[in-house]
Amino acid sequence: MSPLSGYLLLSALLFSLGLSGALTRRNAILVLIGIELMLNAANLNFIAFWRYGPHPEMLTGVMFVIFSIGIAAAEAAVGLSIIVAAYRHFRTTDLDKINFLKG
Amino acid sequence: MPEMVDQIFVLLKHWIMGYVPGSLQPLCSAILSVLPILVVFPLLFAITTVLERKGLGRMQNRYGPNRAGPWGILQPAADGIKSLTKEDIVPRSADQLVHLLAPVLIVIASFLVYSVVPVGRNMVVADLNAGVLFFFAIGSMVELAVFMAGWSSRSKYSLLGAMRAIAQMISYEMPMVLSGVVAIMAAGSLSTVTIVNMQAGYTGIWPHWYLFTPWGITGYILFMIAATAESNRCPFDLPEGESEIIAGYFIEYSGFKFALFFVAEYLGMMATSAMAITLFLGGWAAPFSFLTWIPSWFWFFAKLIFMLMIFIWIRGTLPRLRMDQLMNFGWKFMLPLSLINIVCAGLWHYLPAGFTRWSVISLLLLLSCFLLSRSLRRSKWFQERTYRFAS
Amino acid sequence: MTLSFLLLAAIAILGAAAAMNLKSAVHCVLALTLGMVGLAALYLQLGAQFVGLTQLLVYVGAVAILAVFAIMLTRSRTGETVAHGSASSRISGALTALLVFAVLAWAIFTGVSPQPLSGAQPEASVREVGVALMQRFVLPLEIIGVLLTAALVGAGVLAIEEKGGDR
Repeated sequence: MSPLSGYLLLSALLFSLGLSGALTRRNAILVLIGIELMLNAANLNFIAFWRYGPHPEMLTGVMFVIFSIGIAAAEAAVGLSIIVAAYRHFRTTDLDKINFLKG
Repeated sequence: MPEMVDQIFVLLKHWIMGYVPGSLQPLCSAILSVLPILVVFPLLFAITTVLERKGLGRMQNRYGPNRAGPWGILQPAADGIKSLTKEDIVPRSADQLVHLLAPVLIVIASFLVYSVVPVGRNMVVADLNAGVLFFFAIGSMVELAVFMAGWSSRSKYSLLGAMRAIAQMISYEMPMVLSGVVAIMAAGSLSTVTIVNMQAGYTGIWPHWYLFTPWGITGYILFMIAATAESNRCPFDLPEGESEIIAGYFIEYSGFKFALFFVAEYLGMMATSAMAITLFLGGWAAPFSFLTWIPSWFWFFAKLIFMLMIFIWIRGTLPRLRMDQLMNFGWKFMLPLSLINIVCAGLWHYLPAGFTRWSVISLLLLLSCFLLSRSLRRSKWFQERTYRFAS
Repeated sequence: MTLSFLLLAAIAILGAAAAMNLKSAVHCVLALTLGMVGLAALYLQLGAQFVGLTQLLVYVGAVAILAVFAIMLTRSRTGETVAHGSASSRISGALTALLVFAVLAWAIFTGVSPQPLSGAQPEASVREVGVALMQRFVLPLEIIGVLLTAALVGAGVLAIEEKGGDR
């Protein structure tokens, strides 16, 4: 097994873990955590391909990850504030109970 | 000969490394670099506690500790033995693992940041490409440790203290990073070693420190205010607020774990001072060109102790702020001013050198400082408070 | 497959698995932080120093703190512990994740690299990253600046308590 496939396998494992969390958890914050984990698994792929890929001097993978981290931060901030706003309305963060289209 | 004394620790390391077999060299080199950090800074912490208690005592017209040893200088040793032999009490409802990990994490983070601080010429543990970023990244770990301590104790006082501490540290971390950015811009590098090397030259007898520019002194003052808030020192010691929430996030700790929080607080204070020295005060560079014969490490530690004295002086002088005053000051004064400071540092780079540049930038900064502070004073938060039930 | 890779991968997997399985929400966030620290160390090991330290700064310093603040603000009366979904949803979710992992692993093992892998450690110094950000990637940089500003304002507007509204 080459070093690259080791990183890819780790990334796939982290992605599946994040997916399982996002699918099975009922607390909205923990679902968001699962999504963050999936994003980070993708980031690891970019860095691994940059490291072992053909044109590392172009820094494409590194740049992609930097922007991805920025977007993940924005996503976490907006997502958590939506959860807090929803909590204020429904008095719960349980996704099964937040099921009205009209608040 | 001065070079010899200057490099004495580096030479000593090379001399020891000569006796080490080749396979052990990387490990041995790492140990020899890290060990002095682990010895010198805790020692400095012990000295600082005595200095602080004696100094505060003098400011408040009392003696301070004077029982252990001559003039009380053995007080830290007595305190250390006391905290080591005290019973370690963990609340029954506490989250045992997190409660244990919090003091460990906070001390590790406080020690890690020293690895990028150049304490002398060629004397740095790791010359990282992104050293300043490393410093702030590890520094942000402290916030998480504070939360862990406050939450795991399952006490309302510690949770309130932790929330206060985190809100304060996040609010002041931004001005701190942004005021440090001007030095990074001027040096064109994130490496602490390069930043110091850029400041190590002289014009006549005057050094090239960033402190001696309008944006440099603004950045330095902003950085020091933010550093005071980051290390939870007076006048920003609301997270500890003895009169309101007893001791803040480490109220449920006792014995040696409590001492670890105390160590971490002082180590954090020294680390931010060291970073301020690196960014604005020329690191290990001598203040005048005719003083360069004094070894570089001496200058670093002299500056560090000078900065600690300022911290102690401020603690003895200023009263504690209110929470709303703290937040307003951080977001409405520090943050805008540090952003304006960055713009001014950029303008400085493109203006022709000379008197005009100096006066234009100074005027800009003074004007924005004046306007910001006036708008702060106008807002109702900073006016005198009237109490309805007490006349 | 060096020892350092295995160690850091173990830390990342441990953190991620704990974050997905622990009962207490705060424990989950702390475990996620451990996983993120492991990932940041992996980035450093791969030679991407700037990215690794940014990861540390953003996830340990910002996202974890945000998440615990959100947990503190949305505490239910029964405490912070959260139950999983019903047994059927848990099993189906875990099965889906397992299936995804199986497909990904199959793709990784059967896929062939078109070029030989480069062995040399590439350098991503801060200077090069900065030059790339300011020249080739300046438009995305500006867009992400606008996005972050919008997110800042939007998060503030969403989370602020409405004064006159019915609760």
